Amino acid sequence: MTDPAPPEPQPAQPQHILSLPFTTSNLTLLTQGAEALVYRTTFLTPSTPCVLKYRPPKPYRHPTLDKRLTKARLLAEARVLVKCRKEFMGVEGAGVSVPAVLGADWEMGWVVLEWVDGWTVRKCLDEWIHTLGLKGERQGGGREEGADGGGRQKEEPLWDLMRKVGKAVGKLHEIGVCHGDLTTSNLMVRRVAYTSQEQEKNTGVRHVGRQTVSAMREAAITESDAPPEPSSQTAEQQPPNLNGDIVLIDFGLATQTVQDEDRAVDLYVLERAFAATHPAAEPLFREVLRVYGESFKGARTVLKRLEDVRLRGRKRSMLG
Amino acid sequence: MAAVQTFYLPHYPTYPIYVCMFKDVSNADFLRSQLLEANPKFDYAFLDATMILSLPHLLSASFLALHSHVTHRSKTRTPHSELVFRLHPSNNIGESYKRFGISDSTTYLIAVKIGLGPETTAESVMEHLSENVKGEAVLIGGGGLEIGMWANEAKVRKVYKLENKDAAKKEKNGAVNGVDRAEANQRQEVESVILGMVSLKGS
Repeated sequence: MTDPAPPEPQPAQPQHILSLPFTTSNLTLLTQGAEALVYRTTFLTPSTPCVLKYRPPKPYRHPTLDKRLTKARLLAEARVLVKCRKEFMGVEGAGVSVPAVLGADWEMGWVVLEWVDGWTVRKCLDEWIHTLGLKGERQGGGREEGADGGGRQKEEPLWDLMRKVGKAVGKLHEIGVCHGDLTTSNLMVRRVAYTSQEQEKNTGVRHVGRQTVSAMREAAITESDAPPEPSSQTAEQQPPNLNGDIVLIDFGLATQTVQDEDRAVDLYVLERAFAATHPAAEPLFREVLRVYGESFKGARTVLKRLEDVRLRGRKRSMLG
Repeated sequence: MAAVQTFYLPHYPTYPIYVCMFKDVSNADFLRSQLLEANPKFDYAFLDATMILSLPHLLSASFLALHSHVTHRSKTRTPHSELVFRLHPSNNIGESYKRFGISDSTTYLIAVKIGLGPETTAESVMEHLSENVKGEAVLIGGGGLEIGMWANEAKVRKVYKLENKDAAKKEKNGAVNGVDRAEANQRQEVESVILGMVSLKGS
């Protein structure tokens, strides 16, 4: 017996009514999650690009409850972002950042965030692993045994990126924040231009665009909308420049906590995300953990806890 | 002669924000007394220019003031007092005026008028301010970069409780190459934290 086919989903045009002062003019829908719609628009000045995250009311919830939940979740996210921004402010060359909060209205359910120009780590991994031709089988020893000099050298930016990711997650945990949904798509590398030297080094590497879903979505989000810049043509042929700072995005599930358990779950989720990206990413993730372990006092015990989490999975209690 | 620069906020295009800057203002006490008397002709946000870090700093408070006015959720009587109120991290209106508003000794002044109706135009604002502010008008470019030029960053940081952690370290280093750059970055960082605090005020 087969179930009747589910009804065709409606075309992607959002049916929600945007809350004041936003209207569909000057807004581009970037993505839609379970709770929020994410648009690109401008804020404060017509030349300041930004992200608008709007949590529309859920018609199936009681209006009072709906308001409270929306407010609580929106404020939790915005407060964590401001806290991170504040804590990272004093640290010279922290190499890690989060989007700034530019405006918010928790009654209306919107928050405006700084636009981050760059690539997700997911895309960076995709492109770099593809251009370097890394294969899963090499994961056994590739790195430790030093591999072959030339290949290792070409891989260096990738390993450097891993160290930055490890440091960034460490910094976040150190200030008492857990991300809650740490995936490679929620980690970004800020766009910086290649220096002429680096460009020379990369010219041998020609990249053929792979049309994965994430790559297409990525292109829609970053490249087509990115302000035109001189290096945009070369960017087509080269994998993303990994020298930019790490920016953590989407703090929708973030919590302010210093518990080893929460920190370990953050790492576990990230580990799964790495493993899902590409088999070759597994040894890369070991480097993330190595640097994380040295990044702050207490990081070692988190790594110990990670081993427990690996055995049982993300959920601690088996309820629900 | 006052020099008005008009800024249009995205998403509120029908409410222009008129901004004027003055230096060597000599009648701040008069302007302040007009505010205290709630003279409807002096419905402006008169701000101490040393407390305004940048154009985004000013516009974020303006946006939120206007937004709460339009959605009838203002905490104060006029959008202009709401603007002053919005700038301060605490919920005390008097404190907001004391820190960000005009005082008798103010010499660097930013005057903001939110264009709520067709009767307010750049010309009317310019005329009225030229007549009543005794001081030298300063031109503001379209990019509004002049807005932050008199800012006293240390004072602003203090109000937002963002004291410089590595100020001592910097003094030791003295003048090194690229200090200007680092300082500009630093100011941007401070600005972005302040925008967040202004946005979340009252939450």
